Amino acid sequence: MNPARKRQIRLVVALTAAVLLATALVYTSFNASSEAKSPSELLSGAVGDGTYEVYGKVVPGSIQRDGADMTFEIADREDPSVKIPVEYTGQVPDPFRDGREVIVTGRLENGTLVAEKDQLITKCPSKFAAEAEADPEHVIIDESLDGS
Amino acid sequence: MAGLGLACLIAALCAFGYAAVAAFHGARTGDRRWVDSSRRSIYAAAGLLSVCVVVVESAFARSDFSFELVALHSSTTTPTLYKLTALWGSQAGSLLLWAFVLSVAASAVLFATRHKHREVAPYATAVLGALGVFFAGLMLFADGANPFAQLDPAPAEGNGLNPLLRHPAMAIHPPMLYSGYVLFSIPFAFAIGALITRRLDASWIRSTRRFALLAWIFLSIGIMLGARWSYSELGWGGYWGWDAVENASLMPWLTGIAFLHSIMVQERRGMLKVWNVSLIVGTFALCLLGTFLVRSGILESIHAFGESTVGTPLLVLVALVLIGSTALIVSRLDDLRSERRIESLASREAVFLVNNLLLVGLALVIWWGTFFPLISEAVTGTRSSLAAPWFADYTTPLAILLVLFTGIGPLLAWRRISPGAALRIFSGPLAFAVAVGVVLAVFTDAAGEPWAFAMFCIAAFALAGLAQEFARGAASLRALNGGSYVVALGRLVGRNRRRYGGYIVHTGIAILFIAVAASSSFQTSRDVRMMPGESVEVEDYRITYAEPSADIDPEEQKLTFAARLDVERDGKRFSLSPSRNYYSSNARDPSAGPIRSFFEGEATSEVGRREGAKEDLWTAMQPDLEPLEPLIAAVDKRLLRRLPEVGPGGPTPEQIEQMREFATAQGDAIERLAALYVANPLPVTFRINVNPFVIWLWVGGLVAVAGALIAAWPAPAARRRRVSDVYAARLAKELGRA
Repeated sequence: MNPARKRQIRLVVALTAAVLLATALVYTSFNASSEAKSPSELLSGAVGDGTYEVYGKVVPGSIQRDGADMTFEIADREDPSVKIPVEYTGQVPDPFRDGREVIVTGRLENGTLVAEKDQLITKCPSKFAAEAEADPEHVIIDESLDGS
Repeated sequence: MAGLGLACLIAALCAFGYAAVAAFHGARTGDRRWVDSSRRSIYAAAGLLSVCVVVVESAFARSDFSFELVALHSSTTTPTLYKLTALWGSQAGSLLLWAFVLSVAASAVLFATRHKHREVAPYATAVLGALGVFFAGLMLFADGANPFAQLDPAPAEGNGLNPLLRHPAMAIHPPMLYSGYVLFSIPFAFAIGALITRRLDASWIRSTRRFALLAWIFLSIGIMLGARWSYSELGWGGYWGWDAVENASLMPWLTGIAFLHSIMVQERRGMLKVWNVSLIVGTFALCLLGTFLVRSGILESIHAFGESTVGTPLLVLVALVLIGSTALIVSRLDDLRSERRIESLASREAVFLVNNLLLVGLALVIWWGTFFPLISEAVTGTRSSLAAPWFADYTTPLAILLVLFTGIGPLLAWRRISPGAALRIFSGPLAFAVAVGVVLAVFTDAAGEPWAFAMFCIAAFALAGLAQEFARGAASLRALNGGSYVVALGRLVGRNRRRYGGYIVHTGIAILFIAVAASSSFQTSRDVRMMPGESVEVEDYRITYAEPSADIDPEEQKLTFAARLDVERDGKRFSLSPSRNYYSSNARDPSAGPIRSFFEGEATSEVGRREGAKEDLWTAMQPDLEPLEPLIAAVDKRLLRRLPEVGPGGPTPEQIEQMREFATAQGDAIERLAALYVANPLPVTFRINVNPFVIWLWVGGLVAVAGALIAAWPAPAARRRRVSDVYAARLAKELGRA
C-alpha cells in the first residue's frame, strides 16, 4: 500500500471514530439527562419513564421517617393542590423541613416519585453569602417579624 | 490605605497597557529599546500589584471593615489564617490574585528569556500586557469587582467567611487552581508570538514548557486538595462529584497533559505543529472558561458564589482568544507544516498522538456534560442536566485506554520499533499484567467488576513497563560507572530528569487510577439511623453509637453536635467521632431567628474516619433535628421579643444595652440546646462507608506531583550549557568589536 493511501485510511478511521463518539455523546446525553418538571407536569401523564428533576414545596406534615428511609409529599409551586408522594433514601440536607422548596431527582413508579440516593436538594431561604452580598447594609430587623 | 491600593491598581493597569503598546511597537520597528522598556513595565506592574495584595491582606488582618471586601468575607471572629485566605473567597479578591500571579509569572518568563527570542518575546509581552489590562480593567470598571471599594460608615462586624471554606485544604485550593490557570497564559502568549513572527520551530516550546509543566503541577495540587476537602468535609462520602466547577479544572488539566506530551513530538520530530498551537490555545481558553464558570454562577454547583458581574467580559475574552488564535493559525498553516511524517504506528510519536486524542476526547466529553444544561436549554427549551453515571460511562473506558497507551508509549522507540525488539520489551510487562489478572480473579472478587478489573490489569502492565525502564536504565549506568543499584537509580533520574521525572508522574497516575477504580467499584455504603447504644455491622466492622456530645465555639459562633462511635473489628477496638457543625448563618441579622439561623445556613460535616492502606472506614453523622423544631420556634419567638427596634438614627445607648442582653440570652439558649442534645439524644442518621484504597489516591497524586517537580527542575547539564551559551555570546560580541 502506498503511504498516501495509508494516510487516507487512517484519516477515515480517525474521523469515523470521532463522528461515532460525537453521535453517542449527543444521543446518550439527551436520553440520560433528567429534565426539570413540576409535579403537575409529571402527573399530567405526558412523561416517559426517564428520570426527572422535580421541583416543588414539601407538604407540611407529610414527612415520615422509617429508619434511614423517608417519605414525604411535594406540592406544585403554582397549584398547591397537586401533590406527589416521594420515597427517598440518603442524606437529608439540614434546611429540609415542612414548606421548603426542594428539587428531587428520581423516576415515577405507580404515581410515586422514587428518588435516587442523595438526590434531594433543599433551597435555602437565605443563602449564606448571596443575600448579604446583594445588600451589604443589611437592616437589623426584618419588618415581617416586627412586633411579633 | 485604600487610596494607596487603588492608585497602585490604576498604575498597574497603565503599566500593563504601556507594556502591551511598547512591546508591539518595538516588535514592529525592531527597536530594542521599546522592547526592553515594555519588559520593565511588566516588572513594574508586578511590583504595583504586590503592593495591592499587601494592602488588601493587611486590611483583612486588621479586620478593617471600611473595605467592602473585608466586611463581606471576613469578621473579627474569623481565625487569623482564614482572614488572610478570605482574599480569594471573593470575586474581587480572586481577580486581584489572577492579575498578581499573571504579572509575577510574566516577569519571570520575560526575565528568563531577556536575551533570547528577540522576535517572539515582544509579541508575547504584548499578549501578556493585554491580558493584564483586561484583568486590572475588570477590577476597576466592573461592578462589585473592585477590591478597594469602601463602605461608609464602616460596619462594626463583617459577614465572616463561609464556614465550608474554613478548612486548611480550602485555604490553598483556590490559589493553586488560579495559579495553574494563569501560568498557562505564558506558553499561550509565546505561541501567539511564534505564530505572528512565523518562528514556528520548537524554540518557543523550549522556553515555556516549564511554565506549562508548572501550571499543570499547580492544577494537580489544586484538584487533589479539592478532592481531599470534599472527602473529609462534605457529608456525602466521595472525592469527586462531576460538579461543573470541578470539571472546569479537570479539562485544562487533561489538555495540559496532552500538550506536555505532544510538544515532545515537535521538539524531537518537528511534527504536530498545528496540533500543539491549537492545544495551547484550547487549554488557555479552558482556563479562562474555568475562571468564568467559578465566577459566573451560570451552572448549578457546590461552588455557588451568587450572581457575578464579570461573566460577560470573561466570555467575550474567551471568544476573542478563540477567534483571534484560530484566524492566526489558519493564516500560518503553510509555516506549520510538519517536517516529517509518522513512519510507523508502532512508534512513540504514534502512541503519543493516540494518547493525545484520548485526552482531548476526555476533555470534550467532560465539556459536553458540563455544558449540557445550557445546550439542552438551547435545543429543547428546558434545562436538563447529566448526573455522575453518565460521566462515568464515558470516562471509564477512555481512562482505561489512556492508561493502556501510557503503558505502551515509554516502551516504544521514536520512529519505529522492530518486531523482535517489541517482543523483548513487551513480554515482561505483559506477563506481569496477566499474572496480576489471574491472581485477582482467583483470590478476590475483582473480576465481578469488569471495568475495574480491566483497569487493575492494565495499570499493572503500565507499572511493570515503568519498572522495567527504570531497571534497564539503572543497569546500564551501573555497567558504566559501577556502584550500587540505588545510587545508579538516583543518578539515572538526576541525569535525565525530564524523562525519568515523567516516568515517576506516570507511576503516580497509574497508582491513582487503581485507587479510583477500586474505590468507585468496591465501596460499601450504608445509611443507618441509630440511637445511643445501638449497633450495626458493616462488612467486618461492628459499629456502636456510644454517646452524643455537643460543643459550642462562641468565637466562631459554631454549634457542634458530635457522636462517639465505638468500632470493633477482629477483636481490635477504636473510636471515631464524626460531627456536624452549625453556624449562625448571618451574625449581623438575628431576625431570621436567633436559634433557627444556626440550622438554616451552611452546616459542615467533620468526617470521622480511619485511614488504612487497604481501606478507609469513613463515617458522617446527621442528627434528626425535627423533634427540636417546636422548641426552637418557641425560643426564637421569646428571644426576638427582647430585640429592640432601632430607629433610622441608629440605636440609642439603651437599645445597645438591650442588644447586648439579647446576645447573652441567645448564647444561653444555644448552650441550653447543646445540653439538651446530650441529655435527650435524638436519632442520628449515620453514613458508614468502607472505601477501599482511597489512601492510594493521595499517594498517587503526591508521587505524580513529585515526579513533575523533578521533570521541571533544571538539569545540571542544561545549566552548564546555558553558561557556555552566555560565554559564547560574549565572545562573539568581543570578536565583533575587534
